[in-house]
Amino acid sequence: MKRRRTVGAVAAAVALVLGLAACSGSSSGSTSGSSGSGSKPVFNAAVGKVYNPSTKTGGTLRFANSGDWDSLDPADTYYGYSWNFIRLYGRSLVMFASAPGAAGAKLVPDLATSLGKSSDGAKTWTYTLRKGVKFEDGTVVTSKDVKYAVERSLDKSVFTQGPTYFNDFLDLQGYTSPYKDKTKDKLGLKAIETPDDQTIIFHLKKPFSGFDYFAQLPATIPVPEAKDTGTKYKDHVISTGPYMFQQNNLGKNFTLVRNPNWDQATDPNRHPLPDKITVQLNVNADDIDNRLLAGDLDVSIEGTGVGPAAQGRVLADPALKAQSDSAVTTRLWFTSINGQVAPLDNIHCRKAVEYAADKVSYQQAYGGPIGGDIASNLQPPVIPGAKSFNLYPTPGNKGDITKAKAELAQCGQPNGFSTSISYRAERPKEKAAAESLQQSLAKAGIKLTIKSYPLADYTKLYAGKPDYAKANNLGLIVYGWGADWPDGFGFLSQITDSRVIRAQGGNTNLTVRDPAVDALIDKAMTGPDLASRQADWVDVDKKVMDDAYDLPGVWAKGLLFRPKNLTNVFVTDGFSMYDYLALGVQK
Amino acid sequence: MTEVQPETARTSQTGIVRPFLDVRDLKIQFPTDDGLVKSVDGLSFSLERGKTLGIVGESGSGKSVSSLGIMGLHQGTSAQISGEIWLDGDELVSATPDFVRRLRGRKMAMIFQDPLSSMHPYYKVGAQIVEAYRLYNDVSKKVARQHAIDLLGRVGIPEPASRVDAYPHQFSGGMRQRAMIAMALACDPELLIADEPTTALDVTVQAEILDLIRDLQREFGSAVIMITHDLGVIAELADDVLVMYAGKAVEHASCRDVFRNPEHPYTWGLLSSMPRLDRDRQDRLVPVTGTPPSLIALPPGCSFNPRCPYAALTDGKSLTEVPPLLPTDGTAKHSVACHLPPARRRAIWSEEVAPKL
Amino acid sequence: MFSYIVRRLIAAVGLLLAVSLVTFLIFFLVPRLGGATADDLASRYAGKTANAAQTHALAKQLGFTDPVYVQYGRFVKGIVVGADYSTGPTTVHCSAPCLGYSYLTQNPVLPDLLNRMPVTFSLAIGAAVIWVLFGVATGVLSALRRGSVFDRAAMGVALAGVSLPIFFTGLLSLTLFSYKLHWFPAGSTYTPITQNPLQWAYDLILPWITLAFLYAAGYARLTRAGMLETMGEDYVRTARAKGLPERTVIVKHALRSTLTPILTIFGLDIGALLGGAVLTESAFSLQGLGAYAIQAIGSNDLPKLLGVTLVVAFFVIMANLVVDILYAVVDPRVRLG
Repeated sequence: MKRRRTVGAVAAAVALVLGLAACSGSSSGSTSGSSGSGSKPVFNAAVGKVYNPSTKTGGTLRFANSGDWDSLDPADTYYGYSWNFIRLYGRSLVMFASAPGAAGAKLVPDLATSLGKSSDGAKTWTYTLRKGVKFEDGTVVTSKDVKYAVERSLDKSVFTQGPTYFNDFLDLQGYTSPYKDKTKDKLGLKAIETPDDQTIIFHLKKPFSGFDYFAQLPATIPVPEAKDTGTKYKDHVISTGPYMFQQNNLGKNFTLVRNPNWDQATDPNRHPLPDKITVQLNVNADDIDNRLLAGDLDVSIEGTGVGPAAQGRVLADPALKAQSDSAVTTRLWFTSINGQVAPLDNIHCRKAVEYAADKVSYQQAYGGPIGGDIASNLQPPVIPGAKSFNLYPTPGNKGDITKAKAELAQCGQPNGFSTSISYRAERPKEKAAAESLQQSLAKAGIKLTIKSYPLADYTKLYAGKPDYAKANNLGLIVYGWGADWPDGFGFLSQITDSRVIRAQGGNTNLTVRDPAVDALIDKAMTGPDLASRQADWVDVDKKVMDDAYDLPGVWAKGLLFRPKNLTNVFVTDGFSMYDYLALGVQK
Repeated sequence: MTEVQPETARTSQTGIVRPFLDVRDLKIQFPTDDGLVKSVDGLSFSLERGKTLGIVGESGSGKSVSSLGIMGLHQGTSAQISGEIWLDGDELVSATPDFVRRLRGRKMAMIFQDPLSSMHPYYKVGAQIVEAYRLYNDVSKKVARQHAIDLLGRVGIPEPASRVDAYPHQFSGGMRQRAMIAMALACDPELLIADEPTTALDVTVQAEILDLIRDLQREFGSAVIMITHDLGVIAELADDVLVMYAGKAVEHASCRDVFRNPEHPYTWGLLSSMPRLDRDRQDRLVPVTGTPPSLIALPPGCSFNPRCPYAALTDGKSLTEVPPLLPTDGTAKHSVACHLPPARRRAIWSEEVAPKL
Repeated sequence: MFSYIVRRLIAAVGLLLAVSLVTFLIFFLVPRLGGATADDLASRYAGKTANAAQTHALAKQLGFTDPVYVQYGRFVKGIVVGADYSTGPTTVHCSAPCLGYSYLTQNPVLPDLLNRMPVTFSLAIGAAVIWVLFGVATGVLSALRRGSVFDRAAMGVALAGVSLPIFFTGLLSLTLFSYKLHWFPAGSTYTPITQNPLQWAYDLILPWITLAFLYAAGYARLTRAGMLETMGEDYVRTARAKGLPERTVIVKHALRSTLTPILTIFGLDIGALLGGAVLTESAFSLQGLGAYAIQAIGSNDLPKLLGVTLVVAFFVIMANLVVDILYAVVDPRVRLG
């Protein structure tokens, strides 16, 4: 009797559940179904060209993030995907063009009418603003709003996460923050002049030819002083772009809708297609991949590609592979060779490491060819002006033990030596890379002890702290670096300039200490034209490789997946992921 | 002619007047991994209303199992039951379980050895009595509660009106057993089975409980089966005594006869092993030699033969034949299951065993 | 009973303080024992390219340069009277009980906790109802039909239930029921019950079932074992001897006793879950306290961490208290205090 009752209850429960499922109908707003208006999915269809071009507006574009933004506030954000996305709700002075491939790595004027005009030996930069650009509330944008935005980005006690380029390059003369500014309109920073509403002039303390790259930083997105609420501004950022915030639940999700006060006439760069954009935060990473593949999600916003589980599925299924793109990024996985740890203070011992390394095995550690291309120098080829070269060629890239031993003989260690190699504990690929080096270097007699350190403090407390690295014999340090933006300065400056090395740790340049390199960097920063500067950066790359301070591993690639209902999809070299400004959805 | 109710037991249709409780060749066996345990192996006895039958025996003799069998409490277990149990004209072994269930509490009730574990610790004593009462009596809660209070008073619990709301653990041992008796009597059962009701109690309390049972029997006229291993209790209460060994009855006589003229060697052994005050202290007590038999592998023939000092005097019969329970003097009032000839038994009793007691 | 409750509540406050102190100490002392300085700690929250001066200023701002007892005192003071925080242009007052501001998002922690509680509560309580019903029912049936096909099958499924990790069953059920069959919504959908109760339940069905599966399995095994033991008790035999129908014997006499230890375990389980069903929330991307805790740990964000830890501790302590009281109510033999 009891059993019958229980079975009956279970049946009732199941019926209820199915009934609810039927009543609540299908999922909201999904646009699954047939393929695009004629575009046939093909592997890498969005690399270097536009896949499924469209001008059809409407629909909701759905993003998901497996983590959280560092901040939606333009003064406080550093993530690449954030800089890509922020163009939807903010207009900086200049921006990376919304165009496929190499064209996407070029700067075009956004708020400004043209790229910056330099004077005073590249120490002064002037921009003219377009007329008629408005905030979402209808107020007209003036140059003073841009100045105020840059001023507040200087305050690192309020905005701790953002880049410090303006702090480092502007002639601050002691200015700290508009929040401590005593002038009436809080525009006391003399390094920025705003003689009229359309003109803005920047004064640097040292010349820098690549200032346009600073002008594309989100920090130049105008912020109305009257509505600046400091740390609370990210709750509702006042938009100058085609979309504005409708709803923002920090840490959970937010929604953007069309900004009625954005005027297409003032904006040749953008053709916003979706009516609505939703972003979900802190979503389980595997769930994101599953949803993408099922068509229940449009974009995985971090732009680093699908995870290992989904990657296997995508590559194995021809239909799924046709919907994916292998995007080359501006990220290099490499191993620093620490010249402060004997016997690597001798250049020949370092060169021995360069020759002994089996690059194919190193590439395997990062997932083989789909994970990235074998790197022979530092600058990823996708950076404009980068040239590939190989100072330490080995047969089949598998290492050359004979040459390695010859170098060892020259540095007085004919039988090899011992040192330690460090990696970030939470990165299994880095562990595999360390193990690969351990094996390949052992053939030359170089014995490596593998040490792991927590990711969060790797550069702050351990490998990135010079004294710690020295004391713990960290001769080799497995690391990775992605450019802040795709140019020589954006990639190389942080990892090769010895003057940015801080004793207290938190370094990204772990090992390069060569005044000759520093001099080349200075030259590259102040070169008269783009071509000469690009050549200078190649020289920097060559010198560092000649010094053998870094062992390049792979130039990373991400496997991006595009669901069938996305339109206007292309990989932009500006951010090495899909361009979020151009995307649309079809119903 | 009325339809035969589907849940009626087989009634005696031949007009035989049976005793109130008539157990015929009851066998209760349990299949186990080690073999078939023959807990009750052909038990027969009868009991009239108003009379008390004492069942005495060691642990494993089958006294509790047979009583549980009468109550039908082996239902749902793996027990295999055969034979007949006639209670007031209804045969219980062939009856449906539901029929027997409806007799429990109403026609027959049982009280158990440990009143603390036998009453539900979460429910008040009054509630447990009320539950038993309202099962067979369609009355309001108030009336039932009053009945419970009356019962508690009747069994000698002081201040029953307040004690009715107490929990079992709040009673002393003796009071708790009285409460259990009250619960068993809630519906005026005609057969009361008491399974070692005083074993867990102090000696002084024991006497009170036995008195109570006797009083209640006189008042309600119920038949009482008193199961015990304590001969003193038997002497006090029983009209008739059934001595059980290895699942069978070995001697069935009036109480007087069991103590004055026992005829089974096992009974002799029981009597001899009792410590007594009215004789000189001996160096050693005299137990029944040997250990109780395995109920799976009973000794062939008379189950007692391994321990019987007189087995040799049976011409080998005790090794091969199971002695039937036969009247020893033709009156069926005193039956003995033994191969020794009656005259021989009486002689051994009067000459060898009795003087030593 | 009343004085017992008051004593336990006072002890609870002391226990919460102790929990907060230990969390605090772990956060601050352990890295220092490893040689980290205040600036090193602050550099976790500074951006990629902060220089020494900026990091040091941040260390002072976050209070890391003060001695540990001063920092802890500040925290306790915040709980008692509140604290003031700068947003840049203005200063806001965070009223008591102020659980601090996140080092990374610079948002107050308490509102975050409060608006995540309904999610976790919905998840925990809904799943609890399901697992108690199914688990206990299955356990009782298994015990009554011991050795039968049902019993063996049920215990086999139960073994799977307690062995399979939630993030496996969760992701599996999402893939099958959400993305393939489209019967249920995708992860990270949540509708508050005040907005639309039917939608709220529909959104939570998969997480409920996933979470309940794990616990129901355990409770089925527990109930089965408890029932088997109880059914052999003397008072059950007495109940049958009274002539009670078998159903009454099972439910009123046996099950009642079996449920008491299950009640204790249930209280502890639900207490811990109310503080955050970490794995289920992660698998289904539900923004409850459990997901919050993971984010706090991953980003080394102490105020968030302290907030969540205190919430969890609070619920566990309260659950213990309620269970202890309920036990005394249910079992008259138990004396409190």
